[in-house]
Amino acid sequence: MQTSSGGSVGRSIARVDGVAKVTGAARYLDDLDLSGVQHGITVRSTIAHGTFDGLDLDPAFDWTQVTVVTADTIGWGQGFAAGGFGANYIAMLDTDQPALVPSGGRIKHVDEPLALIAAPTRALALSARAHARPRQTALPAVLTVDDALRADIKLYQDDNVFKRFLIRKGHSDDDELEIAMAGAARIIEGRYETGAQEQMYIEPQAMAAWPEPGVMRIAGSMQCPYYVHKAMKVVLGCDADQVAVTQTVTGGGFGGKEEYPSMLAAHCVMLAAAIGGPVKMVYDRDEDIAATTKRHPARVHHRLGLRSDGSIAAIDVDVIMDGGAYLTLSPVVLSRGVLHAAGPYRCDVVRVRGRAVATNHPPHGAFRGFGAPQTTFAYERQIDKAARARGEAPWVYRDRHALRAGDTTATGQLLAASVGTDEIIAVIRDAAGPAPARDGTNRHGAPVKRGRGYAFYFHGAGFTGSGEQRLAGRATVLTRAGGRFEVLASSADMGQGSITIFTQIAADALGVPPTHVRVPDPATDAVPDSGPTVASRTCMVVGGLVERAARTLRARIEAWAAAAGVPGDLVAQAAAMIKAGTEAGAAGAAAQAAAEIDPHHGAIAETVQYEPPPGIHWDDTTYTGQAYPCYGWAGCLVDVEVDLDTREVALTRCVHAVDVGKAINPVIVQGQIEGGTVQALGWALLENIVYKDGKVANANMTNCIVPTFADVPDLETIIVECPYPFGPSGAKGVGEIPMDGPAAAVANALEDALGVGFDRLPVLPEDIARALRGGGS
Amino acid sequence: MTAAPIRFDVNGVAHSVEVSPWKRLLDVLRDDLRLTGTKEGCGEGECGACTVLLDGVPVNSCLVAAGQCDGRTVTTVEGLARRGGDGETMLHAVQRELVERGGAQCGICTPGIAVCAAHLCDRGALAGAADPRARVRELLAGNICRCTGYQLIVDAVIAAAAAAVPALPPTDDAGERTP
Repeated sequence: MQTSSGGSVGRSIARVDGVAKVTGAARYLDDLDLSGVQHGITVRSTIAHGTFDGLDLDPAFDWTQVTVVTADTIGWGQGFAAGGFGANYIAMLDTDQPALVPSGGRIKHVDEPLALIAAPTRALALSARAHARPRQTALPAVLTVDDALRADIKLYQDDNVFKRFLIRKGHSDDDELEIAMAGAARIIEGRYETGAQEQMYIEPQAMAAWPEPGVMRIAGSMQCPYYVHKAMKVVLGCDADQVAVTQTVTGGGFGGKEEYPSMLAAHCVMLAAAIGGPVKMVYDRDEDIAATTKRHPARVHHRLGLRSDGSIAAIDVDVIMDGGAYLTLSPVVLSRGVLHAAGPYRCDVVRVRGRAVATNHPPHGAFRGFGAPQTTFAYERQIDKAARARGEAPWVYRDRHALRAGDTTATGQLLAASVGTDEIIAVIRDAAGPAPARDGTNRHGAPVKRGRGYAFYFHGAGFTGSGEQRLAGRATVLTRAGGRFEVLASSADMGQGSITIFTQIAADALGVPPTHVRVPDPATDAVPDSGPTVASRTCMVVGGLVERAARTLRARIEAWAAAAGVPGDLVAQAAAMIKAGTEAGAAGAAAQAAAEIDPHHGAIAETVQYEPPPGIHWDDTTYTGQAYPCYGWAGCLVDVEVDLDTREVALTRCVHAVDVGKAINPVIVQGQIEGGTVQALGWALLENIVYKDGKVANANMTNCIVPTFADVPDLETIIVECPYPFGPSGAKGVGEIPMDGPAAAVANALEDALGVGFDRLPVLPEDIARALRGGGS
Repeated sequence: MTAAPIRFDVNGVAHSVEVSPWKRLLDVLRDDLRLTGTKEGCGEGECGACTVLLDGVPVNSCLVAAGQCDGRTVTTVEGLARRGGDGETMLHAVQRELVERGGAQCGICTPGIAVCAAHLCDRGALAGAADPRARVRELLAGNICRCTGYQLIVDAVIAAAAAAVPALPPTDDAGERTP
């Protein structure tokens, strides 16, 4: 489906940064030449909970070339202009997380930053760290959500609860819910657990900072330049124009570079200020796994009340997430988790409760899916059990009860346009083919059991509720001398292809070839705040801004050219308009052109701000209304083969159909779907963060494994397009939804193969061995 | 420690560097020669982002000591493309297909994958394979990519292998990784 003849939207043009990346020319933070740069490293806590009693520096060590910074050496409260700093916390949603624990302060997790060291070489910095010894006094730690909820040890307010949510549909209190549940012919009840998951971007966290007169400059690997900017205004105690943040080429994010880079930036600016010169901090893999955020471990208790015809009478879900030591983004992750917890199924009586609690684990944070994968695993196991209990084919059961246009979600949102259920159901059914034979042998001659599992799910695109209105993101399209066009947005391309699709969207809206459009690196002193690169919002929301800005700019140029009688295409007209507008003593049409030149950019620029689609209503207090502007829809089919000798699981097939509204660039969309699919398959079967006494026990890539080429089958990816009327060319979100469902499909396939249920992720060979011995999972 | 200079050939250029023989080849390439296309993902030989060819064999350069490279030949990602007669960069078939088929996303693993896959194609490692896709998956299993789900990389390598004329006869050990 092509939008216009010769347009690039809908075509898989090669990504604009492709050649730089395959030749090694792309410069990531650690590749940059920063003259005189010093290497910063972090001194971290070794206890999960306690007090920091100060830092001892070995007097036998030569400290002359080494800079040491602690919270106590910083002039907090003096402000950047006075040569000091602002406040010692990382501004996100709360103020509870210090950049560095001050001496006498409380340590709340292992690997918490206590001090910073910089030296001209990394080797010297590492050597110095070995001679810097933090004194710590340990206290009993909170290492489970049960201990957190008992609140004998208080980590956050009186109850250790960062945030709680309650969603009610079709009932007014708990008694009414229980009456509805009691009226069900059958209740399916399950308890589900999912573990922490490491993002494992292959470029570790990396950041640099250097002071220039009147401004602190920061560059690094990140998803959200304006999050770092906001946090640094607080840490530095400065005005918006006294700190500038640039995103460098970013080697993967997946959420892991959403909030954590603010911490790294804070550390870099402290060292850079102390030295008066550039500092970079590039984490070792071990440090990155041990200290930075991961997917929230979650426990979900789910009750599904079925009528005798199989329809769903009542749903009751209770979600508990381990937020870790500080609040960070946990309330928002929990929000997305609870908003998806009832699943895309028809039901008039729904209760969802959610709590995110404080523990002494390192803070858990953003990771693709953002709370939804945890609750999706639970509801898609439940739906599968319901079908199984009724003896119905699992995909037919889903078809019968899935939400369609005209139905309402758990928050009472009436689904209107862009509901991909029928298409998803059909394409998966058509692709399925015969199920694998239950019994057989594998290529090693070992006996195997085979099975097939399904999952069906949805994912809200964009920020929750009125989030986009509050954020009021902006984007600019401008034209410079010679008729070259630029897109200015703060969206970060961390591999997902945003600069390529922005190029396509702008080029088509302008009616020029994509080669005439450039998307510069986002820098807070050069681009408007389009919001963070999160929440499957970049294409739908920011892409929509780019499209609107480009259209408006085009109309302005064409109007001027018509009045001035300038012929040619838009490139020629834009070039003529700039030329005319910059002539000295311009009069007539030239004066009009001059008036249109934005002095800030020295270009003809069009900036637009987000405007909500009509009829959006969301109530943040009752959690009712339109939770998301629209949803992506997806279905997944997985075939597994379990080796009965080794209990290893081989994935023999994975079909994944995702409704993205419109694929601006189908190959990029395919890459998004397949990357998310494999992260989900890894979460299901391999990826296992092991905490021991609050510390990540497997903080290295040898033991903290992710799928390789050899661990996954050829993927069968199906792109479905049910256009969203308010997205660019109908596009909605794609980034997160592929992460949500495949893990449930794997667990459902394992139950199909083995006849035992697996309700905890990951499902490791030892779990299968235990289950086959009758110990349960 | 004073060390004898280490002499080796990198991408067809002779180099002599005075570094500790224990310095990692990865650091010699990145810091001393400023060839930053070779990336560090884990520093322990698990991710393959630092893959280079040492005497034509893929190695994890984070696990190779500079002293091991004396008198030897190293090929990095910067050495895959050729300069055409008109000065135009001519990508290796693997690089071209990775761009065309969406095999590179964030790009941080791409240099290692390009080097390893170019080696496989140039040595004809897929020739005669009963299941070429499975063969690619097996031979590239030392290179981790977190973005793509691997499918589009396998597509690119298969296409490049079909396009590439093997420069060397196929060998049984194609794709073996040392150490």
